[in-house]
Amino acid sequence: MFKRLWYDARARSVLAQGLIACVFFGTLSWLVWNAHDNLTQRGITTGFGYLGDAARFPVSESLLAYRPTDSYARAFAVGLVNTLYISVLVIVASTVLGFLLALARRSRHPLVHGIATLYLEITRNTPLVVQLLFWYSLVTINLPSPRQALNPLPGVFLSIRGLFFPSVQSQGDWLPVAGVLLAALLAWWGLRPLRRHRPSLPLGRILIAVTALAGVAAWQWGGLTLSTTAPQLRGLNFVGGTALTPEFTALLVGLTLYSAAFSGEIIRGGIEAVAQGQWEAAQSLGLRPWTTLRHVIVPQSLRVIVPPMTSQYLSIVKNTTLALAVGYPDLSFVITTTINQTGQAIEGLAILMGVYLCISLSVSLFMNLYNRRILRTERK
Amino acid sequence: MNTTVISTDMPSRPAPVDRQAGVAQRLFGSVSSSIATVVALGLALYALGRFIDWSLLNAVWPGESGAMCRQASGACWAFLAEKLNQILFGIYPRGEQWRPAVVCVVILAMVVVSLDPRQWRLRTVWLWLAGMAGSLALMQGGWAGLTPVPTASWGGLPVTLLLAVCALGVGMPLGILLALARRGSLPMARFIATCVIELIRGLPLISLLFMASIVLPIMLPAGMTIDSLLRAGIALTVFSAAYLAEVIRGGLQSLPAGQMEASRALGLSWWQMTRLVVLPQAVRKVIAPLTNTAIVMIKNTSLVLIVGLFDLLSSGRAALTDPAWPTPYVETYLFIASIYFCICFGLSRYSMWLERRFKKGELR
Repeated sequence: MFKRLWYDARARSVLAQGLIACVFFGTLSWLVWNAHDNLTQRGITTGFGYLGDAARFPVSESLLAYRPTDSYARAFAVGLVNTLYISVLVIVASTVLGFLLALARRSRHPLVHGIATLYLEITRNTPLVVQLLFWYSLVTINLPSPRQALNPLPGVFLSIRGLFFPSVQSQGDWLPVAGVLLAALLAWWGLRPLRRHRPSLPLGRILIAVTALAGVAAWQWGGLTLSTTAPQLRGLNFVGGTALTPEFTALLVGLTLYSAAFSGEIIRGGIEAVAQGQWEAAQSLGLRPWTTLRHVIVPQSLRVIVPPMTSQYLSIVKNTTLALAVGYPDLSFVITTTINQTGQAIEGLAILMGVYLCISLSVSLFMNLYNRRILRTERK
Repeated sequence: MNTTVISTDMPSRPAPVDRQAGVAQRLFGSVSSSIATVVALGLALYALGRFIDWSLLNAVWPGESGAMCRQASGACWAFLAEKLNQILFGIYPRGEQWRPAVVCVVILAMVVVSLDPRQWRLRTVWLWLAGMAGSLALMQGGWAGLTPVPTASWGGLPVTLLLAVCALGVGMPLGILLALARRGSLPMARFIATCVIELIRGLPLISLLFMASIVLPIMLPAGMTIDSLLRAGIALTVFSAAYLAEVIRGGLQSLPAGQMEASRALGLSWWQMTRLVVLPQAVRKVIAPLTNTAIVMIKNTSLVLIVGLFDLLSSGRAALTDPAWPTPYVETYLFIASIYFCICFGLSRYSMWLERRFKKGELR
């Protein structure tokens, strides 16, 4: 009987799966049970109740308004916004830089090719943390004090306190203007069928004209006034203008330079996957190199580029957690500060992991949709 | 319907080579390339000049004191020479530092030996097991008159190497198992493997390291503890296993089904088929991405800095806290980066060589 069961493929598969499930879920529940035991023994209360308490720690820079008397939940939101902000900036900057790098690597010009290759090998073969710390130390130690700040362009100051440059400030209500712009975008999107079926209609121009008129009206209605402020030295630091802190600058520069090397190789692979005949055909049609690249090569190479680029963007988002090393207050920084303060390690890490899983899943979803769109255009 | 299929492995013809285009032609052939030459040359010469000024002409050479470094405008190489031991071996007792040095040499020698594809056999695995056991015993001490040194005092390059070897050496078999489970026919195993792989790949490594360093001790029964170095090793291993698994899965997917059917027809069991037919071919196909993943994982070991372990990077940072010296961060980071660069760049060249070699083998 046992012998027959042992040689029966289905019975064996059920047995093996049962065993695997037992071991896996058994270990998991053993760990959770232990954690529960230990926490009750030490008298640590679990739960997310502490999120409403005052955080009582400062956050050095944030896009959202934040004071130390705000709650932990607010501090987490500040960290999350900072994470998303730096991620988007790095993704855009590294894609542009990576594209240029890919072109430089394909160049037959020996100097351009050589410099691009040198840059690539150095950034790809050293750890990101070391690069970030390197840029951070370069910014914070080797730059002059505010009094002797470097002044490469009028109004732009580079010193140990960061990069200061003039900025435009608005007073009044900008919501009406934003509403008009959003409405214009939605209209452009909503008019797609009309655009496709009646290409002769000057829809684009009409929409731009209407948007411009509505925009001016909204501007007046909101009472917006613009003014520029330039940074000025007051005492030991600059006042006015916009400032990039050393932490932010180091993270932005380091992460962009590092990611651009990887994006560049992905883009180069994509461009090289397009058959050589496409270049020649475009050339024989009389297209100029840039036009060829823009209208013939890039659209085709996107199909090869998008899937690996998705994982590249995801790894950029995950790499922003290295803000911890330079002290930029992203989500992981805020959460580790909170864990140190409250001792609620499991809850804090659960939030951190949950947020990153959500970001990962939504970026993959978005990129998959985009991928499907550019794939669809090839079968018309 | 008109269908266009763009395949990535379409044999692309090389660009027609312009035989007249010599170096001069490429540098100054047209207006744009002349501008590129002048700009690139100018930038390169300027950067090189500044670097030579800083690193050679104004530098403070070994043998000088910290006070000299404070005055000079160039690099403080004296600091690196003075602190070399501390950067390389951390706070390991000064008189015993020959032990971590031997461990580094042994590990690097084993890596060099196993680079040769002729050494890829069972004997090398035993060599690695023996070498690692010997290295750990030597670091730990407590036998044959060696002073015991707790892992808390380990640091520097040996810790980086041990973590990398652990992450890749244990991560690889684990990754193979995960990949096989994900491609296999058992739904339960497939479900668990998919969940584990996707979960880990969706998380930043830092969160796993925190998990291992803060939450794992809470999850063990009272009285049972795991060393903090080992905990970081576990986190790195699990992380690299998930990424290696995905690479290997790519190799498994690219194998034609005929291979499996043929081995079935020959009467091989599942294990024989996997060991003798499937894995050797699958792994060989993904040598390049495997090496890239290995390089990423070696670089990732530097993240243990964040949970307070003393790898090469944190030992370097610790050395910078001596008040008798200025803080030459840039020089220290350059030194550490160059050690990583030698390892990672060497590996990437090695993988290119290996790929060429395998390609030649296929043509024959």
